[in-house]
Amino acid sequence: MSQDIILKVSAKLLIPFILLFALYVQFHGDDGPGGGFQAGVIFATGIILYALANGTERAMRLIPPGVLRPLSALGVLLYGGVGLVSMALGGEFLNYEVLAHDAAHGQHVGILLIEAGVGLTVASVMLMIFYNFATRGD
Amino acid sequence: MIANNLPALLVVLPLLGAPLCLLFGRSRLAWLIATLIGWLGLAISVALLLRVRDGSVLHYAFGGWAAPWGIEYVVDPLAAFVLVTVSLIGALVLPYAWRSIEREIEPEQQALFFPLLLLCLAGLLGIVITGDAFNLFVFLEISSLSAYALISLGRDRRALMASYQYLIMGTIGATFLIIGVGLLYSLTGTLNMADIAERILPLTAKNTLRTAYAFITVGLALKLAMFPLHLWLPNAYAYAPSAVSAFLVATATKVALYAMIRFIYSVFGVEFTVAQMHEDWLLIPFAAAGVLIASIVAVFQHDIKRMLAYSSVAQISYMLLGIGMFSVAGLTASLIHFLNHALIKGALFFALGAVFYRIASTDIDAMAGIARQMPWTMAAFVLGGLSLMGVPPTVGFISKWYLILAAIDKGWWLLVMLVLASSLISVIYIWRVIEAAYFKERPAAAPSVREAPLALLIPTWLLVAANLYFGVDAAHTAGLAGEIAVRLMETP
Repeated sequence: MSQDIILKVSAKLLIPFILLFALYVQFHGDDGPGGGFQAGVIFATGIILYALANGTERAMRLIPPGVLRPLSALGVLLYGGVGLVSMALGGEFLNYEVLAHDAAHGQHVGILLIEAGVGLTVASVMLMIFYNFATRGD
Repeated sequence: MIANNLPALLVVLPLLGAPLCLLFGRSRLAWLIATLIGWLGLAISVALLLRVRDGSVLHYAFGGWAAPWGIEYVVDPLAAFVLVTVSLIGALVLPYAWRSIEREIEPEQQALFFPLLLLCLAGLLGIVITGDAFNLFVFLEISSLSAYALISLGRDRRALMASYQYLIMGTIGATFLIIGVGLLYSLTGTLNMADIAERILPLTAKNTLRTAYAFITVGLALKLAMFPLHLWLPNAYAYAPSAVSAFLVATATKVALYAMIRFIYSVFGVEFTVAQMHEDWLLIPFAAAGVLIASIVAVFQHDIKRMLAYSSVAQISYMLLGIGMFSVAGLTASLIHFLNHALIKGALFFALGAVFYRIASTDIDAMAGIARQMPWTMAAFVLGGLSLMGVPPTVGFISKWYLILAAIDKGWWLLVMLVLASSLISVIYIWRVIEAAYFKERPAAAPSVREAPLALLIPTWLLVAANLYFGVDAAHTAGLAGEIAVRLMETP
């Protein structure tokens, strides 16, 4: 694996763009195609490519497996937390309109936050699955 | 503010409690949070039941999007009744699980237990409370996926195989359901159940509607383990950890049964299901066969958990008989048995879990003479067993009484004989356990054991007490079930 210079260099070239594209999909999910799920998967592919080119161990040093479980839980909590906040502000569960001063702005804030939660959970679960398969039998 | 949001909170609390518990791992705090949520859920369910007790219906528009465009939660007396049943079992399983899983789940996997159980609870409550057909599918998947994982936590390696088998069958069931819902959507352009029910009235002659109906019925029949689609159930419940078996046996199949009642009676309507599709021709023969065959198979089981799992198939068939009669009396009997079977099987599985806690087995030979060393546990099992047979004054008697009345009402004497015969068979298989536990000597090689800890005994005896209480004072449950049955038969 360490001999494969072409793989390493092309991975190095691709990974920043993959991660950036993930962020683009994440933050344009509310007014274009995309959203948290897709962004999370794309982000995880970037890391998985890094692991394929440089070995799972180095990827695990970059993103330790131990942080993935709490991160995946935090994503769900962020999603549900937005719902609870909207409830506390007098709306129904996940009624974003009460989150800001005017309804349209509130919808914007709400969808951005819950998509962030989805992205976080999906990316960490994807990596968790990958790590589990990659280290099986060790 | 909280009062208006109760329907959402009921599902949201366990759904958010799951990741919260995951953050706390194996610590006592995770258990505390889960238990607190379980009891809050019970309180909310009871509050909802009291609010709709007069026959009113609560609607909750998710995210402020009005139905039929948005997802709507609907609490009517039927939903509230099932919600209370499910959350009651949830509230009792969670405190019970703390000591039980110590022995039955590998230490590194214990952290997963409470998040998974809360997810399963959230899914089951969601199925009951939602008024949206697609949302129902989503919740069905949430509860099923967590149930597969929960079953696979069992220490016995066969648990993995059982869980996998359940996964395949369950996924086929869920796929059938979603195909049916998709067909309904293509036909009516809506996913809101009440809206679908209105829009299919002029479409009853369409083949698409018949196909949708067939897919939904078979999908749900797989999920609720209707004979002969029950083959996944005995292994899944036998090899799962005791707390999981107790929870699933008392809630999961019943919630699928609830979904079936919803579709047959509320969405498609009795007119279509009986007059056109002859649903009763399907339900009655299979349910009757299930009652008899599953009871007989139960007699020959060595593992008592497996025996009770087969007995559950028979009990589910009782409920299907009631549903298939398409009469107020039959539905009343089914609905009473909803709660009663949860109480009976919950108590029995809790008692078995306590036995497993001490002797690490539920095999009938391993249980020989155990009653002298664990008198309270086995006394609870005996009382639960009497309830299963249908001896007064237990809830089992109330269930059988109403079912037999409903059958006599229809003039189906053969069915009356069948119910009585299956009750006699249940006497045989419960007696086998009593004989082994009370009248056989403890094997000389077997280590001496103590009574189960109070953390296991208290939930068990609470359920046993409920068995006796609702057996003596059946006016509330029977009255409520009767009112719900009348409403269901009235809906067009």
